[in-house]
Amino acid sequence: MPKAFFTSNNTDVSLDVFILIGIFCAIFYSNKLVAVEIAGSSEFEVTAYAENGQFENQDYRYNSSLALSPEFFWEWNSGDSTLVVTPFVRVDARDDERSHTDIREFDFTYVKDTWELHAGIRKVFWGVTEFNHLVDVINQTDGVESLDGEAKLGQPMLSMSRFTDWGIIDSYILIGFRKRTFVGQKGRLRGEFIVNKNEARFENSREEEAINYALRWSHSLAVFDVGVYWFSGIDREPIFEPSSSYSSLQLTPVYENIDQIGVDVQATVASWLFKFEGLHQSSNREEYLASQLGFEYTVYGLANSVTDVGLLLEYGWDERGINGKAIAQNDIYIGTRLALNDAAGSTLLMSASYDVDFHTKNILIEASRRLNDRWTITIEGLIVEGDNSKDPVAALNNDDRLQLSVQRFF
Amino acid sequence: MYKKILKIMSVSSFAAMLGLMSSQVSAVKFSSDPQVKGLQIAEKMKARDRGWSDSQTSLTMVLKNAAGQESTRELRAKALEIQDDGDKSLNIFDYPRDIKGTAFLSFSHAVGADDQWLYLPALKRVKRIASRNKSGPFVGSEFAYEDLASFEVEKYTYTYLRDEPCKGGTCFVIEQTPVDKYSGYTRLLNWVDQAEYRSWKTEFYDRRNSLLKTLKVEGFKLYLKSYWRATGMSMVNHQTKKTTDLLWSVYEFKTGLTDQDFNKNTLRRAK
Repeated sequence: MPKAFFTSNNTDVSLDVFILIGIFCAIFYSNKLVAVEIAGSSEFEVTAYAENGQFENQDYRYNSSLALSPEFFWEWNSGDSTLVVTPFVRVDARDDERSHTDIREFDFTYVKDTWELHAGIRKVFWGVTEFNHLVDVINQTDGVESLDGEAKLGQPMLSMSRFTDWGIIDSYILIGFRKRTFVGQKGRLRGEFIVNKNEARFENSREEEAINYALRWSHSLAVFDVGVYWFSGIDREPIFEPSSSYSSLQLTPVYENIDQIGVDVQATVASWLFKFEGLHQSSNREEYLASQLGFEYTVYGLANSVTDVGLLLEYGWDERGINGKAIAQNDIYIGTRLALNDAAGSTLLMSASYDVDFHTKNILIEASRRLNDRWTITIEGLIVEGDNSKDPVAALNNDDRLQLSVQRFF
Repeated sequence: MYKKILKIMSVSSFAAMLGLMSSQVSAVKFSSDPQVKGLQIAEKMKARDRGWSDSQTSLTMVLKNAAGQESTRELRAKALEIQDDGDKSLNIFDYPRDIKGTAFLSFSHAVGADDQWLYLPALKRVKRIASRNKSGPFVGSEFAYEDLASFEVEKYTYTYLRDEPCKGGTCFVIEQTPVDKYSGYTRLLNWVDQAEYRSWKTEFYDRRNSLLKTLKVEGFKLYLKSYWRATGMSMVNHQTKKTTDLLWSVYEFKTGLTDQDFNKNTLRRAK
């Protein structure tokens, strides 16, 4: 397997190690392996911007991109052992940084009674809110993929889950650190200065090969779904320092060591979902609290139809305020979700966010439906009203866009 | 020796209670009060279907609109019998491919709202979903969530209406009124055969009390000499002219599933 296939640079040593472990596991069990099951999707995306970008190299209004993400699945030991391998590749017509590859999953799972063991590369999601994923801290964000930060890079790890009557305990040994990806010179939806991912610095120089730890307890109790976690390791979110080693000014991501304690709670009461995420983070530089909270209310069967209409309201707060690096430091989010409940699975999500400190706004519209048993179509619209240059969102002021993508599933 | 006989006797009466001896089961003294008789029939139905522990099967759903256009869903269904409460179930989708790996976990309850979680594989996210949606359509089909939940006596009040010939011989026709105010129905009419207590036909009346849907059931198969399961169900929506057919494959019972196979982690693992 060529190295470039799973990592775009040669620094993620641990990734290679984990892939070797995975292959070893596969070979070890190969005599018991059943035939591979292949699934996955490919996607073609076209984007039209309302105007040229604000910055150098952004003088275009159209872009297109192709992505492929197959999934290979093996199962043996009558289902107690499984291996999932999910490579990902994207080719972008404009942005070299967005053209990238990753191993989203190389997950060997073994289940025994009340235990579940994982070795390899995984994606783990924590949290309950919709507009900001504050406590989703295991995986690094794949920053070139989408604006919502929901695309993640595969994280090498060993993890173990235990099921008890008083909840599920998940423990993680996170091996190696994945550096965040950033939009490149020719990409849209970025700040004025390019972030040089490969020049990243760490608080502790050898931290890139660090071993980080996380522990989480989660439980469902009556109407409550609760999770509490502790994370100790490298902050997935960097701070930026200007560097002048290039002809133009660039930004160097600096990754600090942090300790974090976080909580997520959802109360599900009739048509209401009440959501809360909160965390306390401390590093050598600072200590702060942050939270995202809100609700989702759904009207089921609007006007005797089968259409469901959801109303969402959330508030994001960060103790560091406007001087901190958080986008959601004092932000209000409002949204509506329409589910037609038809055979095509048509859904529409419209949301608007308002920054109370900077008075910037943006509107996001996302609609999707199934075209047939193999194809789906998604349309996304983004409008940014960011006149206040102090808000980082102002960098996207010229990036109003409409994006159409078709996905083929196999 | 005496003890052993007692033991055998108690085992056999226990077996009869579970409905292992159908001749004994049908020998029931029904009340002349239609409401009491309706409840007795419902209790009998439930009693006939106790003791299956757990089951695994797969099914195909064929959705048809008024113009005859079809779309198909394929899923695997696991269920765990819970004594004195609703069952636990895990449904995993295989088709269409865009929802492959999407899984639905439900803890149904005899009284009160069910607990439901949905797993979205693209985000690796488990979402607890509002239980108020019970009258909503399951994956765009003509089956509402509540139509697919386990049958529990406490979910309805009952009135026996009449005897009527049906596919299963002679049927009791009972009227069921949902207890839960969030049900999409004012009432259901249920045709239950008198020999084996299988439900052959159900009519669903909407909130305005007009006929909304009719469910017809066919191809009952007997498993473990005790448990009847249908191989085909057909739901017709009279108001939209849409239909959904369910085709069930062979059931496996007592496969050794436990509580540990029905939690949020198993939902994530579902493939």
